[in-house]
Amino acid sequence: MTGLTIHELGAAYRRGETTPTQVVAAYLARIERLDARVGAYLTVTREAALRAAAAADARHRAGTPLGPLDGVPLAVKDVLCTRGVRTTCGSKILERFVPPYDATAVERLAAAGAVLLGKTNMDEFAMGSSTEHSAFRPTKNPWDLARVPGGSSGGSAAAVAGDLAAGAFGTDTGGSVRQPAAFCGVVGLKPTYGRVSRYGLVAFASSLDQIGPLGQDVRDAALLLGAVAGHDPRDATSVDAPVPDYAAALDGGVRGLRVGVPREYFIEGMDPEVGRAVREAVETLRGLGATVEDVSLPTTDYGIAVYYVIAPAEASSNLARYDGVKYGLRVGGAKDLIEMSSRTRAAGFGAEVKRRIMLGTYALSAGYHDAYYGRAQKVRTLVRRDFARAFERVDLLVGPTTPNVAFRLGEKEDPLAMYLNDVFTVPTSLAGLPAVSVRCGFSAAGLPIGLQLIGRAFDEPTILRAAHAYERATSWLARRPSLA
Amino acid sequence: MSATVGTGWEVVIGLEVHAQLLTRSKMFCGCPAAFGAAPNSRTCPVCQGMPGVLPVVNRRAIELAIRTALAFDCRVNEACRFARKHYYYPDMPKNFQISQYEEPLAEEGVLEIDAEGASRPIGIQRLHLEEDVGKLVHEGTLETARASLVDYNRSGVPLMETVSKPDLRSPEEAAAYLKSFRAVLVYLGVCDGNMEEGSLRCDANVSLRPRGATELGTKVEIKNLNSFRNVQHALEFEVTRQRRALEAGERVAQETRLWDADRALTRSMRSKEFAHDYRYFPEPDLVPLTIARAWVEEIRAGLPELPRRRRQRFVAQHGLPPYDAEVLTQSRALADYFEAAVREFPQPKTVSNWVMSELLRVLPADDERAIQGAPITPARLGGLLALIEDGTISGKIAKDVFEKMFRTGDDARAIVAREGLTQVADEGALAAIVDQVMARNPKAIEDYKKGKTAAAKALVGQVMKATGGKANPGIVNRLLEEKLSKT
Ligand SMILES: [Zn+2]
Repeated sequence: MTGLTIHELGAAYRRGETTPTQVVAAYLARIERLDARVGAYLTVTREAALRAAAAADARHRAGTPLGPLDGVPLAVKDVLCTRGVRTTCGSKILERFVPPYDATAVERLAAAGAVLLGKTNMDEFAMGSSTEHSAFRPTKNPWDLARVPGGSSGGSAAAVAGDLAAGAFGTDTGGSVRQPAAFCGVVGLKPTYGRVSRYGLVAFASSLDQIGPLGQDVRDAALLLGAVAGHDPRDATSVDAPVPDYAAALDGGVRGLRVGVPREYFIEGMDPEVGRAVREAVETLRGLGATVEDVSLPTTDYGIAVYYVIAPAEASSNLARYDGVKYGLRVGGAKDLIEMSSRTRAAGFGAEVKRRIMLGTYALSAGYHDAYYGRAQKVRTLVRRDFARAFERVDLLVGPTTPNVAFRLGEKEDPLAMYLNDVFTVPTSLAGLPAVSVRCGFSAAGLPIGLQLIGRAFDEPTILRAAHAYERATSWLARRPSLA
Repeated sequence: MSATVGTGWEVVIGLEVHAQLLTRSKMFCGCPAAFGAAPNSRTCPVCQGMPGVLPVVNRRAIELAIRTALAFDCRVNEACRFARKHYYYPDMPKNFQISQYEEPLAEEGVLEIDAEGASRPIGIQRLHLEEDVGKLVHEGTLETARASLVDYNRSGVPLMETVSKPDLRSPEEAAAYLKSFRAVLVYLGVCDGNMEEGSLRCDANVSLRPRGATELGTKVEIKNLNSFRNVQHALEFEVTRQRRALEAGERVAQETRLWDADRALTRSMRSKEFAHDYRYFPEPDLVPLTIARAWVEEIRAGLPELPRRRRQRFVAQHGLPPYDAEVLTQSRALADYFEAAVREFPQPKTVSNWVMSELLRVLPADDERAIQGAPITPARLGGLLALIEDGTISGKIAKDVFEKMFRTGDDARAIVAREGLTQVADEGALAAIVDQVMARNPKAIEDYKKGKTAAAKALVGQVMKATGGKANPGIVNRLLEEKLSKT
């Protein structure tokens, strides 16, 4: 009963072949049996899930389901606030934090009838690309348990890949949905900045953070996005633009679409298997009737540098509130306030978080502000212009999601090597554009490879449509990891 | 001029005033902004700085700030932006304050102050919005407390910061600036101006330079000036301290000092080396604000007449002495009261006398609500003055009637009728009383004849006493004069 896509589940519910309670119970059983090995979840909300499933049962029985997500078991990254359910952000400092409010996205999922199975593991405060920086435990890649699932939404990607949830939500700041989606061979979408409310998303870098779905296929990702997208008066940066029916926009194919292939996305040092798979995918799109064009995004090289000034700068500010005064961890025995906060932060934050707080504090300091933060903002504008120029000629951009497939746990100890994993995802985040990662092949070692499709602002329908056409023209989804 | 000036030094002062805006809800959340409630009862995840929550701008706060900016003739910028100002202190739940930095709401205004009888324009550099912080409550004193508690009720209350240019030249001018500033805000209805409760707070930058110098001296910032007196006293202390240092050949250190009102001195809080690095950057959770011109014009059209203009008009239109005009324009409610009373009884100086000597004896001039709710309405005051005018009662009786009106809320005519206070103006009756009084006081008559005119006043007093104060003083005076001249 696990392993069906969301749209298949919906059909099965409608036909009365199964019920939300049966499906949710099956997922809970599978989590109990397998998650000790995968480590996708930090918290499993068993009782609440069964209660929500029973309510969904009743609606389906009455023939009045709330929509395509009614009774669908989902996992949510532990960076989204859930009322009454602890929200740790993968950090010791919030280990016992129980929010008195739901994130808007969580609220909307509940309103759509979705059943929350639990909260998924992540790199602490979403800082990382492997989920090894979780304060609690690493998550393993269901395709090879010796490998990382990517990050920071590694728990959500692993949950979907390992059939530990029908679908999931993560957050993407510089690639944190797309990169784990690529590593775990699932579909991961980062929506346009402002498309999904950030209310209740514990901020890492406010100008970049965006909530995004992870699904087994493109249609699932479209359904999940549709449930959370839209303006929210509680988030001033959420955009008041109509939400299209993403699932309905999937059909139509790619004939006549102009696809741009950025030449800077095929770099020296990248895994040749990745390059080959992506080029084959481009040919598949061409074969489906798209026109393919070579384009240039000259600022690609600066993306990582700009990102590692702006994101830590915002993080140093966003994380200032964890001082032991109001909630979360407090290390006692201090003689004064400063000592209390210092001890709390020293004990509560992991090395990567401390590194980024220091980087960001430095970048904003008097005397360095203009050279780092100021200059980074200017280059960010140039990155945006690069994309704008490319989108004058093409309808979407296609390239690799990551330069390599999932690496081994502990393999990338050098922070910079880890940061470079995001070289193809970061520029899109800086420009606020939507991008989706879909499976486009496997390495010789049997690890999935991700194809990234990047669109114009608020043009999720076009990239989803192209991804859907590609998915239907290939048979990569037939292969599944053998967890049990 | 105070003792601190008139030396070879010129005093240069600039003020930063923080005013809590009279909005119903807080700057970035829906919690009530009102003062005084059980600790932390007026808070929510946003003003408690919980993880994941986001600010939403209170449009009313922007409107009140624009209204103030227009009253000071500031340029209201077409776009402005919020920024984060960072420092660690537990009364600030996010450990940063949402404020404005490079792109404030308004700039380049002016506030006219009256200093030593003359009017002087003081430049306003900028006006911006920010959020207030909470309050720390210590068990005992800060030094001895075993624990401190935080109350976030005030956290997120809209705060408007107005920075003057360094145009003030004495502690008196600084106090005058603050007084005018407060009056404008209260007039506009944007702030209640209560300095004791902290609705209005003031910091000062002060430096000295040799007279004639154009460069500014080293400035010292003084915090915690929470009354007009404190502003003046702290600045006087600080000017003297700096002058002595400079005259002794020492240098003034750039630092922040705290005014200690109990010990009447300023003490060093932190030196320049330990100055905060606020690490400002634009608030990414809020989009830049575009201020529509039409909105600004709409707000401008709704501006009330400001105290200064009204004071000038009271002199010009009502013929009041400048002193009266100043007293009567201390609050909008009082000025409104005066003008309403003048409409009832069109003798402005008489109305002014009664308002100043009687009404303000029982009600504080700057208490808007008390004046608005005065038991004697402007119409009833007019009615009372009309009774004096037509001779129904004497001015002396009228003061008693005023008190009774204030106590009971009754109309003057009703009180006069009920208590039989109508003036005795019957010449025959009064002549008889005058005769009796003269017969009983031969000594006074003799004194009068010797040229002691004061004796006549004593006789008038006797007549008034005999009539219970009700005798018409004009008639009594005339009768006595006639009879005395015949004796
Ligand atoms: Zn609040």
